[in-house]
Amino acid sequence: MAAVKEVERARTIKASLKKQERQLFFRRFFANKLMVMGCFIFIVLGLIALIGPLLVSYDPYEMKVAERLNAPSGEHWLGTDEFGRDLLTRIVYGAQVSMGIGLIVTLISSILGLIIGLYAIYYAALDHILMRICDGLMAIPGILLAIALMAALGPSPLNVIIALSIVFTPNIARIVRSSALVIREQTFIEAMHAQGASATRIIWQHIAPNTISPLIVQATFVFAEAIISEAALSFLGAGIAAPDPSWGNILQAGKLVIFKAWWMVVFPGLAIVLSVLGLNLLGDGLRDFIDPHSSGKKSK
Amino acid sequence: MEKRPLLEVKNLKTHFHTERGQITAVDGITFHLNEGEIVGVVGESGCGKSVMSQSIMRLYDEKYTAKYEGEILFQGENLLNLSKAMMQKIRGNDLSMIFQDPLSSLNPVYTIGDQIRESLMIHQNLNKREAQQKAIEMLRLTGIPAPEKRINEYPHQLSGGMQQRVMIAIALSCQPKLLIADEPTTALDVTIQAQILDLIAELNAQLGMGVIFITHDLGVVAEICTRVMVMYLGQIVEETDTDCLFSEPLHPYTRGLIKSIPQLEGERLQKLYTIDGTVPSLQKVPHGCRFASRCPYADELCKEQAPELEAYSPTQKVRCWHYKEILKKEAVHESSNE
Repeated sequence: MAAVKEVERARTIKASLKKQERQLFFRRFFANKLMVMGCFIFIVLGLIALIGPLLVSYDPYEMKVAERLNAPSGEHWLGTDEFGRDLLTRIVYGAQVSMGIGLIVTLISSILGLIIGLYAIYYAALDHILMRICDGLMAIPGILLAIALMAALGPSPLNVIIALSIVFTPNIARIVRSSALVIREQTFIEAMHAQGASATRIIWQHIAPNTISPLIVQATFVFAEAIISEAALSFLGAGIAAPDPSWGNILQAGKLVIFKAWWMVVFPGLAIVLSVLGLNLLGDGLRDFIDPHSSGKKSK
Repeated sequence: MEKRPLLEVKNLKTHFHTERGQITAVDGITFHLNEGEIVGVVGESGCGKSVMSQSIMRLYDEKYTAKYEGEILFQGENLLNLSKAMMQKIRGNDLSMIFQDPLSSLNPVYTIGDQIRESLMIHQNLNKREAQQKAIEMLRLTGIPAPEKRINEYPHQLSGGMQQRVMIAIALSCQPKLLIADEPTTALDVTIQAQILDLIAELNAQLGMGVIFITHDLGVVAEICTRVMVMYLGQIVEETDTDCLFSEPLHPYTRGLIKSIPQLEGERLQKLYTIDGTVPSLQKVPHGCRFASRCPYADELCKEQAPELEAYSPTQKVRCWHYKEILKKEAVHESSNE
């Protein structure tokens, strides 16, 4: 009976510790102003991408030749494009495409990178093969590789995701591998062997959690880069094809009329800048937040 | 009463493949360990103590780095013949190990409760609740105050001594039959060291497991071991019971080790005794006696031919050509001193 009581007590103590931890977490989180700002920008843009299409009253595809290239006004807050479509609506729908592709690419390359990085350090032969492939992919500038892949695959949203995932996976795999290498040499991994844990358990339960924080930081940067790369691909005509809105191809359409309609260039450009700025601020902040050495100084 | 040996190691050799060829870090070790016995292994850094212990657990990667030879009979079964999966079942359950540095032996991202529960849940098929109960019990057994509170803490929140207790709790949680303690007290200060030694001795008496205790501290050996093996360059040079180790050391190397212990009583010597020279590299193992280059008694025979481990008395074995003469000489020397 006493033992059962103890287990109960351990549980209540754990719950109260959790609460304290949460409070400390929020206090530390809000101490870093830039990160909070980045996080705020990111959340607002995310919300725009998610529920924005419900709020705008125009159709992103409906052309009205009479209203082409109208300047920003009460009716069209950000003006209209060369086919008379509401620019705000286009940018909001474009947010869905750009942020969506960014998110999916980040998720795919994080998961693949994690798997590759972890298994590479555990099996020596696999390491040589996988890392040489990563070296090869990283030797080619990312955007060039993406363009080449898009040329081979043909422009479509799915192919953009595939191409960018191939470009960014080696980045993540490298980061995961380098931190996992350090962890693998720690005594507790040897101790886990001595306790009779299987390779799968050691890799996923004990090495993986220790590599998550650098992975998360890198993932925010990959997110930002994926948005830029998608915009660049679409701008160059290799990404999202014309009637579908994407920040990149709105920008490209705007380039042709840059002297007649500044809003066609400024607003999608601003959207790209803001999202990338937000993500970079968030990533920088997270790096300090997660790294115990730097946070020790800041939380004083 | 004849005790059944729990562990019998027969002519164990561990070879490592390196870039500069194969080296043999453990070269033909034979010993046994009875149930409930604590056997010490001493020797200087690089003599193969840790390699031996990790070889018994088969912790080295056999595909790329290491190759084992000989036999390791654990309860009559040769561990070297077991499959990887069988070995995994035995590790942590029947065989367990404590490492030198407690902080790096615990995973920083999990609470100590998670880590104690883990091996219970792998090996004993307990559910989370039962494992939690058992974990609290183990922490109490190792003398951690308020275990139901401590169990939720992370390794960095504990002191070194506490961490080592947690390691011991993990190692003992499945009630292993054999515990290998690889310098468990080296990273700790003296008071904590004494507590941990007491704890190991106490748990040894309580749970009746065999313990292989690896150390380079002869004081620790005197404290808890019943028998001692002295290792030099991958071989056992002397095997003896603890009393004889101090009263009648046979091998010149053992003599050197004992002489180099700082003495608290008697006249203060100018300098601490040291054994001249350094351990030869494993790549250039001398073909005579391995200690010959540093031994004050070495002659041509020692340089030419390697001595075998021979029995001097029922409890003492030694690997030296001249130990009898040395024993006689030292006896004369000592009596003339008096």
